Amino acid sequence: MKLNERSLAFYATCDSPADNAGFLYKRGERHTAYHRRWFVLKGNMLFYFEERESREPVGVIVLEGCTVELCDSAEEFAFAIRFGGAKSRTYMLAAESQAAMESWVKSLSRASFDYLRLVVRELEKQLEEMRWGLAGGCGGCRGSPSPWKPKPSGPAQSPERLPALPTVLPKENGCAVWNNAPGVDQPPDSSSCGGHDSEGNPRPPPLPPRRRASSSEAGSAGVATAASPSTFNRLHEQYGREVARLRQDWLERRLGARP
Amino acid sequence: MRYNERELLSLARQPAEKAAEVLMRVPKKGSVLKKRLVKLVVNFLFYFRTDEAEPIGALLLEQCRVTKEEENVFSISFIEEPERKYCFECDSEEQCREWIEALKRASYEFMRRSLIFYRNEIQKMTGKDPLEQYGISEEARFQLGTRK
Repeated sequence: MKLNERSLAFYATCDSPADNAGFLYKRGERHTAYHRRWFVLKGNMLFYFEERESREPVGVIVLEGCTVELCDSAEEFAFAIRFGGAKSRTYMLAAESQAAMESWVKSLSRASFDYLRLVVRELEKQLEEMRWGLAGGCGGCRGSPSPWKPKPSGPAQSPERLPALPTVLPKENGCAVWNNAPGVDQPPDSSSCGGHDSEGNPRPPPLPPRRRASSSEAGSAGVATAASPSTFNRLHEQYGREVARLRQDWLERRLGARP
Repeated sequence: MRYNERELLSLARQPAEKAAEVLMRVPKKGSVLKKRLVKLVVNFLFYFRTDEAEPIGALLLEQCRVTKEEENVFSISFIEEPERKYCFECDSEEQCREWIEALKRASYEFMRRSLIFYRNEIQKMTGKDPLEQYGISEEARFQLGTRK
């Protein structure tokens, strides 16, 4: 499978912020020797370089769908990146200190696009609820929200017309309803990926991609929204438990290792 | 560059945010538009021959630019090589617009900026940091004002 390797290498080395960077020991695939490599985590991509100054990564690990675990290993501060498939390779890594190991385990276990998307959706929902609450209370002083789609359709859900409705209403048609009133701080323009939308308007907050498929019809059941908070909570709990368990393991190990 | 192909292939098989049959042209000399199935999964755009289960290739959608070209056509290029364009011809202007919207928002970096924006907004409105309850408020990658 072809990959846009040149762009990947650029992404790895450009000045976009890294989520973590440092030396780690990586065990080779066939041989059990560990090699010291410079690792850079950006988003859900873990790049590794032969040297810190290398212009191009030796390789990259796409982290989507992985789990991160502490290891029972002769190697100190070891941890593993595991994937679900039957024949998937497990990447054995080791940090140079306890602190570094913890930091890497934490950032890697939360590096997936899926996880970030859940957090973003959750915050979007919170903000939406707050804005609806506010708008209902002050009779439309924030202007009328419009459905956030490239092509506006469906009934306008302006708070001036529906002040008494519960805040759950805009979610029932499965569509996140956004306030595009001027003066409201605009969310990030996707400027690194082009400028304005097709109408030349500044960009309103993004609608989570997956939800869009079910949101084009006004009045369609908002089942997706009901699932979202519990899915988020479940996943977050899962990650949280995992990190807590890793910490516990480490603590026990540490205490056990003391004379 | 080495990469974990098995996992990438597995990702390509997952349900897509968006998928369609379009005409695609890669930025190679002499290449022509070919019918492809394109599939957007997280921040990757996979492209397949229409009758094959395994993708021909994948584009990581970071540091890229999505541009409307002529009618029904958009392109993806990467900022370090803006003239090298992957072109996609859709069935309609509407489909074209929808893809542009979706692709512009498909990057991890865009989502991160959105998160920072929402966090900031909520904090302004409530005085509280919404990330605290999730235990991720200290993470450097979500800090306000540290990103361009």
